[in-house]
Amino acid sequence: MADRSNLQYTAEHEWVLVEGAIATVGITAYAAEKLGDIVYVDLPKVGSSLAEGTVVGEIESTKSVGELFAPVNGTVVEANDAVTANPELVNSDPFGEGWLVKVEFTELPALLTADEYATLTGE
Amino acid sequence: MTETTATSTDPADGPRRSPLHELHEKLGASFTDFAGWLMPVRYSSDLAEHHAVRTAAGIFDISHMAEIQVSGPDASTFLDHALAGNIGAVPAGRAKYSLVLDGGGGILDDIIVYHNAEGEYLVVANAGNRHVVLDALQNRAAGFDVTLVDLTDDIVLIAVQGPASQAILAATRGLVIDGLDDLKYYASTGATFGSGTVLVARTGYTGENGYELYVDVQDAAALWIALTEAGAGHGLVPAGLASRDTLRLEAGMPLYGHELGLDTLPAQAGLGRVVSLAKTDDFIGRSAVEAGPGEGARVLVGLASEGKRAGRAGYPVFDGDVEVGAVTSGALSPTLGYPIAMAYVDPASSLAGTELQIDVRGSRIAAVVVPLPFYKKESTNG
Repeated sequence: MADRSNLQYTAEHEWVLVEGAIATVGITAYAAEKLGDIVYVDLPKVGSSLAEGTVVGEIESTKSVGELFAPVNGTVVEANDAVTANPELVNSDPFGEGWLVKVEFTELPALLTADEYATLTGE
Repeated sequence: MTETTATSTDPADGPRRSPLHELHEKLGASFTDFAGWLMPVRYSSDLAEHHAVRTAAGIFDISHMAEIQVSGPDASTFLDHALAGNIGAVPAGRAKYSLVLDGGGGILDDIIVYHNAEGEYLVVANAGNRHVVLDALQNRAAGFDVTLVDLTDDIVLIAVQGPASQAILAATRGLVIDGLDDLKYYASTGATFGSGTVLVARTGYTGENGYELYVDVQDAAALWIALTEAGAGHGLVPAGLASRDTLRLEAGMPLYGHELGLDTLPAQAGLGRVVSLAKTDDFIGRSAVEAGPGEGARVLVGLASEGKRAGRAGYPVFDGDVEVGAVTSGALSPTLGYPIAMAYVDPASSLAGTELQIDVRGSRIAAVVVPLPFYKKESTNG
């Protein structure tokens, strides 16, 4: 399990790790658990620009479909090809190897702390 | 990230809990609100549970299903009047898949009728249709000497499904089943578990060999534990509603509210064979069924695709540029490895081999019409 002490969260169940001008984005263990076994992940392409709050990808389980929302404005600098090839990484290590995209952000909105996110999910 | 398929795990509105709820919690289950019941959706992994049923066995709590006892001298003729199937022809000890139709031929529910003894039947209905079926039966009972009793709250239904299921039942301590080895598909037999009685039926909703056990509430937890202990060496795992849904989809079995509804005539759903027009007496919905669906009425088909993206309920289906139908259920098939779906389409686009497209959230994926079921187990006796 990756170090989660520096993570921030969104109400749409994404986590965001800010390092300099780059935000790494994934979905939380709570979200992965709710979806069930993830079998397909569609991520935005490298170079595409993201607008905060818009749908930029899909995470599909046998049971249902989740949408990936951009948590920040910015440009995709890396998409996790390992997850596209092995979507189960999102279940097995959502905060680590199951990361989804790295975004060079232009501005950082207010995000949730771990405590605020825990309150949101009731866990 | 938000889920577009609603699943609630919040019991704030007070969905009903299975008598086995505490067992499921101890097993680490996640729960979902299904037809007003808080039921296990998965214990560990949907896929692992699905594969276990195909290769070994899974144990399901399906206590949300509704059980209505129909008894009395006129039980047989009453059910022939109230239901679409030829119930009078079902001998004691056998079961029949049937439909409750409304006067217009629309499907109120799909059910299993067990003929347990002379003048005694058990009608098993979907949880969401418990009161619809009960009301329909009560309304249709006038003039018949029958007694209807809703046993839903008194019975726990446990399904053991998969190729190892027979061996597991045979090895379950305290469970003594009359004639398990010879029990045919869609047959049932009496059993005892300790001092209690159990109805054991070779029925299921997975497309695999399996059994459904109707047990009194007070014996249910002990039976679940005994079955689980017997299954430990056979690869038995507890399985939730998520795997139950992908299993039944692969087996081409309809789900009420998806493939079946009031606006569906049996023939459209491929269930014409379930309706007996050979019955001499009238039954509710007969005239509409005899008239048949109108020309051009959509029919249920199977669709197979490539890749990983599945059509889901409600997604439009296209034949070229023309919208010809909609998906009713779909998933990436865990057993087959490719996306499958059931859909209602125009008759002209329904022939096997027809190349269609499913609109998956704005992009089209190719889908070819294939015969149902998608998956068929290797044949076994009975």
